Amino acid sequence: MTVTDSPVDNGVNVAALLEAREALGQAPEAAQFEWRAECEWVNGTHSHSSVEGYFGLGAEQSHKTRFEYDADHPELFASEDNGATPIELVLVGLASCLTAGVASVAQHRGIQLRSVKATLKGKMDVQGVLGVDPEVRNGFSGVGVHFDIDADATPAELEALVAQSQKRSAVFDIVANPTNIAVDVN
Amino acid sequence: MVVIGGGQSGLATSRCLSDRSIDHVVLERGTVAHSWKTERWDSLRLLTPNWMSRLPGYGYVGDDPDGFMDMPEVIAFIEGFAETLSAPVFTGTTVTSVSAVDDGYAVVTDAGGWICRAVVLASGACNVASVPALAEALPSGIHTLTPLEYRNVEQLDDGGVLVVGASATGLQLADEIRRSGREVTVSVGNHVRMPRTYRDKDIQWWMDASGLLDERHDEVDDVTRARNVPSPQLIGSPDHRMLDLNALTAAGVEIRGRLGTVRDGTAMFSGGLRNQCNLADLKMNRLLDTIDDWAREAGFAEPVVPERHAPTRVDDVPMTLDLTDGSIRTIVWATGFRPDYSWLHVDVLDHKGRVRHTGGITTAPGMYLIGTTFLRRRKSSFIAGAGDDAAELTDHLSHFLAGGLAPTP
Repeated sequence: MTVTDSPVDNGVNVAALLEAREALGQAPEAAQFEWRAECEWVNGTHSHSSVEGYFGLGAEQSHKTRFEYDADHPELFASEDNGATPIELVLVGLASCLTAGVASVAQHRGIQLRSVKATLKGKMDVQGVLGVDPEVRNGFSGVGVHFDIDADATPAELEALVAQSQKRSAVFDIVANPTNIAVDVN
Repeated sequence: MVVIGGGQSGLATSRCLSDRSIDHVVLERGTVAHSWKTERWDSLRLLTPNWMSRLPGYGYVGDDPDGFMDMPEVIAFIEGFAETLSAPVFTGTTVTSVSAVDDGYAVVTDAGGWICRAVVLASGACNVASVPALAEALPSGIHTLTPLEYRNVEQLDDGGVLVVGASATGLQLADEIRRSGREVTVSVGNHVRMPRTYRDKDIQWWMDASGLLDERHDEVDDVTRARNVPSPQLIGSPDHRMLDLNALTAAGVEIRGRLGTVRDGTAMFSGGLRNQCNLADLKMNRLLDTIDDWAREAGFAEPVVPERHAPTRVDDVPMTLDLTDGSIRTIVWATGFRPDYSWLHVDVLDHKGRVRHTGGITTAPGMYLIGTTFLRRRKSSFIAGAGDDAAELTDHLSHFLAGGLAPTP
C-alpha cells in the first residue's frame, strides 16, 4: 500500500510538464515544434485528412498511430455530409485544447475533477463565404464557450481555472489572434 | 570593487559596503539619480507612498507621509541619500566594457579603468524601451514614441493616439493624453489590476504590513513568472485615485485587445481581451482576499461591506484599427523595458540578454545584480527594496572577498 503526496488525480503528469518547462527554458531551440497535417480531396467538398509525424525536441517525432479525419459539408449545402465541417473541426480543436488545459491546471492546483463538459457555439454569417456580401467576414463573428465542471473547488476557483486554461491555450491564441499563412502550389 | 550605477540600488549597495569597510567606487554615467532626471515623463510620481521611501539609515522626513513624490522630489531624496555616503561616486563615467580577468574583472570606462575582485551591476532594469517587432510594419505618417522619450502631451500631434500596453505606464499615459482632449485607444494584454486604496489605507500599506512585499524569491511558487509580472495599474496622485480600465473607459478611452500584428496598414488586436480582463479581476480579488485573511488574523475589525470593484467592462470591441485613415497619428509603446548589458562581456547572460542569477548572486563569482523586479523579494524594484537586498548581497560579497564559504542565497 502506498500513500501518495497528492490525492488529486486528473490523469495529468504535472511533474513531467514542469520538468519539460524547466528544460526547454534552458534549451529554447528544443522548444521549436512543427505540427503537420495532410489533406486529400475525395470528391465534392469531402476531404480526408491525416496526422502522424511532427517535429519537436530537435528531432522528427511520430504519434503512436496515424489519426484520420473526414471533413465535408451537410446536405443543406448540397454536399454529402461525410464528416464534420472544417469550421466544426476548429471548434473541436478549441474545445479540446481548453479542456486539456482545464485538466492540467486543475492537477497543478490540486483540484480533483469529476466531470468537465464544454459546449461551443461559433456564430457565422454565411453571406461571407458565399460571396453575397463582401463586407461580411468569412469566419466567425464570435465564439462562445460554456463549461460545466463538477469538481472539488469553489466557483471562484473554477473561474480562475478556466481563465488560466484560456491564457495557456494554443488554439485559443490561434483563433483569437492573427497568424501569417503562406500557401503555395505545384 | 566596483558598483556600476548611481541610482538608489547602487547607492544603497555603497552604503552597505562602507558599513563593512569594503573599499569600492560607484560609477555613474550621468549624475546621481540619472534615469530619474532624464528618462521619466513630467507628471510621473512614485507608485509608493512617501513613508515607504527609505534607504539604509535614511528615510522620508516631510509632512506628507501618505503622498507620492514627484520626480524633483525623488531626485532630491536620492541626492540627499548620496550625500550621506562616504565612498567616491564617479559621475559622468560611462562603463564601456566589463570582462573577466584573472581573479576578478576589468571595468573599462570613458574615464579610465579599474581591475577589481567584485562587481555589482546596479545599472537599472529599464535602460531600453522594448518595442515589438511589428512596429516595422507600421504605415508611414504614424509618429511613435516610447515612455523614455515621452515628457508631456505637447510633444504629440493633435490627432488620435494608440497606447500599446496596459501596465502602470500605459494606463497613466493613456489617462494623461485623454485628459488633453485627444482620442485615445489602449491595446490591453496581460495586466495587473489593483486598487490604490483598500479599507481606508494605501494598497502598499497592506502589502507591506501583511508581509507580501517581503516575500522572498525562494518562497514563491514560480520566481520566473513573478519576475515577469507587469507593473500594477497604479498611479501616485494627490487625490489617491484608482486608475484602471474602467476609469479609462468612463473617460472615453477605447479599449482593445493585445496588438497582434499590423497588416496592410491595419492594426489587428486579439480577441482574448475578455479573458485578460477576467484574469486581472480574479487576481485582484484574490489579492484582496489574501489581505482580508491577514487582517482578520491581525485583529482588524471585519468591514461591514466587503470592498470589491465592478468587473472590468469589456464590450464587443472591433479587433482591427485602420492606421492609414488619419484617425491615429501617434503610437506610444508602453510595452515594457529591458536592461542594456551590451557592455557586459562576462558569461552571465541568458539567450534573452538577462543576467542569470539566484537572488542577485550571478553565476560568475564576485558578480552581483541588484535593482531588478523580484530580485530577492517582491519589493526589490522599489526604492524601499534596495536596502534589504543591498545588505544581504554585500553580506554574501564580503564572504566571497574573504575567501570563505558564502552563505547560501
